[in-house]
Amino acid sequence: MTANDQRDARVSSHSELVLPQYESAAGVHPPLDASAYQSSRLRAPARPLMPLPQRLTEITGPLLGPERVTAQDADLTVGHTGEPLGERIIVSGRVLDSDGRPVPDTLIEIWQANASGRYAHAVDDHPAPLDPNFTGEGRCVTDSLGRYQFVTIKPGAYPWRNHYNAWRPAHIHFSLFGRAFTQRLITQMYFPADPLFALDPIFNSIPDPQARSRLIATFDIELTQPDWALGYNWDIVLRGRTATVFETDES
Amino acid sequence: MSHGGHMSQGITPSQTVGPFLAIGLPWSDGPFVVPPDTPGSIVIEGRVLDGAGQPVPDALVETWQADPDGRFDHPDDPRGPAAAPGRFRGFGRSATDPDGNYRVVTLRPGALPCPDGGTEAPHLDVSVFARGLLDRVVTRIYFPDEAEANAADPVLASITDPVRKATLIAADEAGGRFGFDIRLQGDGETVFFDV
Repeated sequence: MTANDQRDARVSSHSELVLPQYESAAGVHPPLDASAYQSSRLRAPARPLMPLPQRLTEITGPLLGPERVTAQDADLTVGHTGEPLGERIIVSGRVLDSDGRPVPDTLIEIWQANASGRYAHAVDDHPAPLDPNFTGEGRCVTDSLGRYQFVTIKPGAYPWRNHYNAWRPAHIHFSLFGRAFTQRLITQMYFPADPLFALDPIFNSIPDPQARSRLIATFDIELTQPDWALGYNWDIVLRGRTATVFETDES
Repeated sequence: MSHGGHMSQGITPSQTVGPFLAIGLPWSDGPFVVPPDTPGSIVIEGRVLDGAGQPVPDALVETWQADPDGRFDHPDDPRGPAAAPGRFRGFGRSATDPDGNYRVVTLRPGALPCPDGGTEAPHLDVSVFARGLLDRVVTRIYFPDEAEANAADPVLASITDPVRKATLIAADEAGGRFGFDIRLQGDGETVFFDV
């Protein structure tokens, strides 16, 4: 293929190309240069970010769904010879746009430490036991109403080397695509009333306390199943579309 | 883009992927935007480097792009469905290896029309995630043999410093291989975008 072959992509009438736009996340996400988080010091860009207008590549994105998951992937407690140790939990919620619309059929990927605060990863040398019945990876696809649900084990807190006596609050990593490149999000879900919140530079890297609190799941007795598992509810909100004329402009 | 209206929901903030993303995110087929035996496929490869020039062995590089016709298999592309959806996923994902190397196998993207009437040169949008990055960083990969299209590209045109602009152009390694190192910080720092 030559470079010239690719020029055929232009549409004849540019004026008809009206694209949705996504709300800015300014002030929500943590700034990249967080000096209290040591790992950022040699990795966060030093130069200011350049603006990138939302055009075709940005307002589209991979629509990854059921073909990437099996039903078992949403239950992190199965798939091994025995049951993992720890406190069995159900984590459930909805994926929404910031304009309140559910995000259906979208892939969610999670990973986490085991009940002892140990990751099943060669780099983790925390002297807490590995659990042969827990790997800590899961995935699912939201339903038509944007709902998701995982069954897992409550992860433990664990030490890290950021500063003296540093401990991460218990968390589950969540990765989401939404429907557009602009909506891609990787974050962490925390558990209510964790005493480590005030001491954690990653959690506190989010400048707005209200935004920070949106990472904390709520205990849900309705979701809790008698004699089986505690329920935690956590909704995830992706950047929504700003009001534009595009929806009435389609024909 | 700012919006004055009421938003019913607060956006969920980003957090770092941390050092253990390899538990949950790599896919065996991640680097293959198309199967490796696809005619016309190219390889884009490079290293992720930190501010000391050291490789970043725990990063994840993701790519998103148009197909060779400049089309997306996506309902929000107002031009309608792609002509030949199927084996082209548009999306690539590669975790870095111990030397900071990533690699995706794909097809060259086509040029894209802009809402204002201009044309974007063929490019891939890139997200980089890593321990130490509290949010993803976003960059773009352009092609070295598209000088004319690159010269007319509005995003490249917005970067006035030629040295910085050059960080967005892949190196032609011949044989359908393109090199694109991502320097997170310091000398030769890659241009990153706020999207």
